[in-house]
Amino acid sequence: MKKFNPSEEVDFVVIGSGAAGGVMAKQLAVAGFSVVVMEQGSWGAYGHEQDYTKDELSNRFPTEQDMLISDPKKQRNTFRRNANEKAMPGTHSYGCVVGGGTITYGASSWRHLPYEFNEASTFGTMAGTGIADWPVSYDEIEPYYTQAEWEIGISGPNIKTPLIAPMSKPYPCQPLPLKSSGALMMKAAAKLNLTVTPNVAAIITEPYNGRSACINCGMCSGYGCQVKARSSSAVALLPIAVATGNCEIRVNSYVREITVDASGRATGVTYFDKANNNREVFQKAKCVVLSANGTETPRLLLLSKSNRFQQGLANSSGIVGKYLMSGNAGGASGLFSDPLNEYKGCVTGAAVLSYVPNDVKGRGWYGGGRMTARGQMSPIQYGLAGPHGAPSWGAGYKKALIEQANRRLTMVNFISQLPVETNTVDLDPEVKDAWGLPAMRITSTSHENDFKAMQFFIDKSAEILKAAGAHEVWMDQISDSRGGAHARGTCRMGDNPKSSVVNKYHRAHDVPNLFVVDGSSFVTGGRNHPTMTISALAYRCADHLVKAAKTGNVTI
Amino acid sequence: MSDSRRNFLIKSFGASGAAWLTANWPAQVAAAEKAQAMGNFTYFTREQAADVDAIAAQVYPSDSTPGAKEAQVIYFIDLALVTFAQDKQDIYAKGLADLSTKTGGKRFASLSSADQIALLTSIEKTPFFRTVRDHTIMGMFAAPQHGGNYKKMGWAQIGFDDSLNFRAPFGAYDKA
Repeated sequence: MKKFNPSEEVDFVVIGSGAAGGVMAKQLAVAGFSVVVMEQGSWGAYGHEQDYTKDELSNRFPTEQDMLISDPKKQRNTFRRNANEKAMPGTHSYGCVVGGGTITYGASSWRHLPYEFNEASTFGTMAGTGIADWPVSYDEIEPYYTQAEWEIGISGPNIKTPLIAPMSKPYPCQPLPLKSSGALMMKAAAKLNLTVTPNVAAIITEPYNGRSACINCGMCSGYGCQVKARSSSAVALLPIAVATGNCEIRVNSYVREITVDASGRATGVTYFDKANNNREVFQKAKCVVLSANGTETPRLLLLSKSNRFQQGLANSSGIVGKYLMSGNAGGASGLFSDPLNEYKGCVTGAAVLSYVPNDVKGRGWYGGGRMTARGQMSPIQYGLAGPHGAPSWGAGYKKALIEQANRRLTMVNFISQLPVETNTVDLDPEVKDAWGLPAMRITSTSHENDFKAMQFFIDKSAEILKAAGAHEVWMDQISDSRGGAHARGTCRMGDNPKSSVVNKYHRAHDVPNLFVVDGSSFVTGGRNHPTMTISALAYRCADHLVKAAKTGNVTI
Repeated sequence: MSDSRRNFLIKSFGASGAAWLTANWPAQVAAAEKAQAMGNFTYFTREQAADVDAIAAQVYPSDSTPGAKEAQVIYFIDLALVTFAQDKQDIYAKGLADLSTKTGGKRFASLSSADQIALLTSIEKTPFFRTVRDHTIMGMFAAPQHGGNYKKMGWAQIGFDDSLNFRAPFGAYDKA
């Protein structure tokens, strides 16, 4: 791998190596630019993926070197429901390894539907929300979805329905096995007249680009993939970037500031170098790409204060960190008489698409959701959670645990969450992270509309499970989101510098050579499966950025 | 669990140890006999181990199928307290001391099963009991290399196959 001296000015520093950072690094390096990827996590099993553990206990209690996600004890964060509360220690975490969240994610890879890019003009806005059109249309982004699907490696069904975004090319791989959960959804669909399809996933089902097909090991979400079937950025993208000889991945490097010069241009990044006692190092760059995820991206901008940017970098609008959408859930569970063995295979077999579209008149609330059926629980997880309706220990616990084993199915739903200005990521005024920097503070309460949406999906889940033949069904309590995966919206894109952070090419309105590309760019949340859209946005951004950079001026 | 420990255990059960370990699981095997058989703990004293073993046996009892005793969960917990659960040592130390106070100095393991259950029910909301409960369950269902789940008997009970390589159909409902 090419190594750059930090004092050497590289063309691009890319902060983050996940879904967006991987695409940016690869596209920029292949185009001939020098790139340093800053990753705060470690290598993981990059290049020797067979060494990812499948041992549940080791995965649950990893050594520091084997951590795949951030540790809320170090990457400390706080949470509160609203600005009147004092924030308490939070549990937010995110992928923190070369490949970011794509190393361990469930890998659902749905496109947004065309109307999810212009909800304001299609359906109108709503009081208390920041619903707005994106500055990019589905038609503009469609070619990049296709490019992303084929370069990254996505499996999915080839079905034409208004419930799936129109595609100019089918998925490169056949869908994953339906699983018993999917088969049961099909059964319910026939009774309730629902549309159910196999899931769309960044997991390959046949040899593809030199990688193996999924072997359905079952230790999937939360684990690294030993056979490189999960199309993480660490197996699908970064090796191509590194192979150009133009790209260095610099691990254990925690960026604490994007630096600027007197004219307001980004000059590089300052980071803590873990291998050298967290010594501060400055990496000089012509252009900075920020892809640190929907929560760390706004935090880093807010940390990057200077005389010129006193309320944080790229924040003249004051909305960096606002409009956080971290995704709402809510569903139901049921017991079936025969074993489903959902622990085999990937997490999701099938998805119920019927409630993806808006139906404000019919349902009384705005938005929609994609429903999935999952029974996947690994042994320790299952034992600790315990059987339904039984004591938590003793003879009754054991009996029910054995009886219910492999017979449980849970509807896990991905529900729209509306952008609300007061749902934010900012800096905690008191708590510091393990590096002494202000900790991330998350403030979030869903819009009242979204509570109606969650209740709808909880009720609907119970109905579907009953139709599928569950002999016992129980419903979740409504549980408003508190951070976690799928964070979006915190550096929203738009044409107006007063109401958005980046323009339609992801360039910060305030900084001519700073690009912000990840879930933070989202304007509205979609149905809470963000990764495919993050990838497509990155391909589109990179396309424009490469063209501009070749002329010597990245200010697009 | 180390090989030497397992060998020790098997040896102490005599030549029929392995057979004993895989046979039906008589609940009447006396706690005292088990305590005698146990040795070589890394963290616990023998007496502490006997008590924790008895608690684990109430959390996940032996009946017509093996329980925490047969799955050798005590070795899992002993190992846990010097590895990933080092930070739980104080909870155990305090919890075992409290237990001794509650029994008026009698060893918990020496109480009748009914008395054990009554006592554990009275402390089931304490951090100590919750921790032992969770560790017992982890010991039942973590890979055998961690000391418990002897001969994968925990996995067998919940129908978990650790092959890590499967072909559809996986369950009863996705068969063609």
